[in-house]
Amino acid sequence: MKFTLTDEQSGFARSVDDLLSRADPVAANRAWAAGDHEPGLKLWSRLADLGVTSLATEATPVEVCIAFEAIGRHAVPGPWIESAAYLPLALPDVDLTQSRATVATPYAVDADTADTVYALVDGELHEAVRGDPVTSVDPSRRLFTVTAGDRVDHGDLDAAFNLAVLAAAAELLGAGERVLADSVAYVKQRTQFGRAIGSYQAIKHQLANVRIALDFARPLVLGAALEVTPRSVSAAKLQAADAANLAARVGLQVHGAIGYTEEHDLSRWLLRVRALQSAWGTSTFHRERLLADLLAAR
Amino acid sequence: MNLDFSPDELAFRDEARAWLSANVPAEPLPSMDTADGFVAHQQWERRLADARWSVVSWPEEFGGRGASLVEWVIFEEEYYRAGAPGRVSQNGIFLLAPIIFDHGTGDQQQRWLPSMATGETIWAQAWSEPEAGSDLASLRSTATQVDGGWLLNGQKTWSSRAAYAHQGFGLFRSDPSTERHRGLTYFCFPLDADGVTVRPIAQLDGEAGFAELFLDDVFVPDADVLGEPGDGWRVAMSTAGNERGLSLRSPGRFCATADRLLDLYASQPDPALAPPVVDAWLRAEAYRLYTWGTVTQLAGGGDIGAAGSVNKVWWSELDVALHETALDLLGAEAEVTSSWTDGYLFSLSGPIYAGTNEIQRNIVAERILGLPREARG
Repeated sequence: MKFTLTDEQSGFARSVDDLLSRADPVAANRAWAAGDHEPGLKLWSRLADLGVTSLATEATPVEVCIAFEAIGRHAVPGPWIESAAYLPLALPDVDLTQSRATVATPYAVDADTADTVYALVDGELHEAVRGDPVTSVDPSRRLFTVTAGDRVDHGDLDAAFNLAVLAAAAELLGAGERVLADSVAYVKQRTQFGRAIGSYQAIKHQLANVRIALDFARPLVLGAALEVTPRSVSAAKLQAADAANLAARVGLQVHGAIGYTEEHDLSRWLLRVRALQSAWGTSTFHRERLLADLLAAR
Repeated sequence: MNLDFSPDELAFRDEARAWLSANVPAEPLPSMDTADGFVAHQQWERRLADARWSVVSWPEEFGGRGASLVEWVIFEEEYYRAGAPGRVSQNGIFLLAPIIFDHGTGDQQQRWLPSMATGETIWAQAWSEPEAGSDLASLRSTATQVDGGWLLNGQKTWSSRAAYAHQGFGLFRSDPSTERHRGLTYFCFPLDADGVTVRPIAQLDGEAGFAELFLDDVFVPDADVLGEPGDGWRVAMSTAGNERGLSLRSPGRFCATADRLLDLYASQPDPALAPPVVDAWLRAEAYRLYTWGTVTQLAGGGDIGAAGSVNKVWWSELDVALHETALDLLGAEAEVTSSWTDGYLFSLSGPIYAGTNEIQRNIVAERILGLPREARG
């Protein structure tokens, strides 16, 4: 029993984080949202060089979670969950380590930069053609309608879905951690009534609640990574979505009006968190799935 | 990274499970906060001790099994899964004993630990005072040095189990020239000593779960000072960490309650209440997994530190949520007293005792998040 990252896994986490900290992922996120994919694609290549696109097939779900937490922490744009978590398991015979693909569930995220587009129709995977753009609440997720074509041979779509749910949970965890860190930094330097606002209990207790919620989301995410099941990943996404949403709400509240601006970088995570809450299964979906599983196992 | 138990740990779990399944009373014992129930719980402790299950993590010479932290968590999980009685000896075995092991003399360990392990001597905390609750360091009870020992004076309150317990432990101001955290000393004293008056206080459920203690020139020999005179705050804070952290409320009891909640839902499903049922189960599961992280950290020589406060807020609010959800499921029947109403009333005290959740959130904000202290006092 050793429920903590191994030295090797911690090293991998540091290298992903270092890479992203040295780049400017927020600028890439903003450019991506405006239709300029170049910085984001550069980031994609560098993460691919680090092995992120082959984790789903070559590493364990723990490494997948490490990478997606970093993607969430840095608001990295691109169809990462689709191309690096879902499709590698859905299409075991297709090499996705050197290309980008996306899948419509129901909209295809970032289909305009994907080499291949798929659609999930009645539990089967189909080739698809990109249609009209649809605007996401998070403009760095460029959504498109698709027209499904021929059915393709696929692998275990349930396993693929579960890994995608886990990746979304890890991304939410990373986003929540980032919002908390930035909010803590902000309330330490923002002064009102002659004192740092972070010294007021009304602020402290809200941020403490965020710390607590994230601390209890992490073991669910890592526990699910050790044993990927419908139950474990649904539990992980429920708690990660709740914690990230709390982080977003509290983060916005303690920033005040500046946090409500597009210009402030907090906006990247507020919008990403909202989008990911309903991507890869809403909380209602995961609650129902979890309850059915718990009752069946009694 | 793994969540696998070793063959030894699995064998330990099987042994605990088998013993509990053969020995846990079929009928719940009467409340430990009644005279009869207190004795019944002491007898249960004796039975546990005779089979060496009362203090599994203690060394064998004091009645334990030298169990590892992993094994202790496993035991707790099995204990509550089996529906075994609450631990009347809890304040002693979980909160005081670690202090006695760390700070006590060999003589104190020999005098106090064996009877604590068998439940023969039940210990009660004497910390809070009428004017010192969350602000414990403002306590006013005094200890005055006399020939061979000390005289204790003052008033303690909210002393859990003290209505029927045998011994008290707590902090007294031994140096009147000092303030706050300095000049405090940690004392152990018999609750039937001359000068001690115990006034039981009925709790929300009507039973005397705690008491007020009045101390009037109570003589305590030097041999019953725990740690060095004047060093009481540091000694006591190691108890506080234990109390908030893992040792007071292991995940086992909440996972067992979550399972019972699922049973209740299955027997009378109400889709409108599915979300809180799932959420309560989820929070217990999160605590279970979180604890394996804590155990890993401690086994690696780490310290829980302020994370005990993260823990305490979580389990105390989880306990309320589990019971509120069960009562919602019971509909109009919820009003009728049952194990759910008992558990509900007990759960309401969780966000208050062992340091209110407001104090815990201050600790999380200041010591973990590094936010500036608010002006106090």
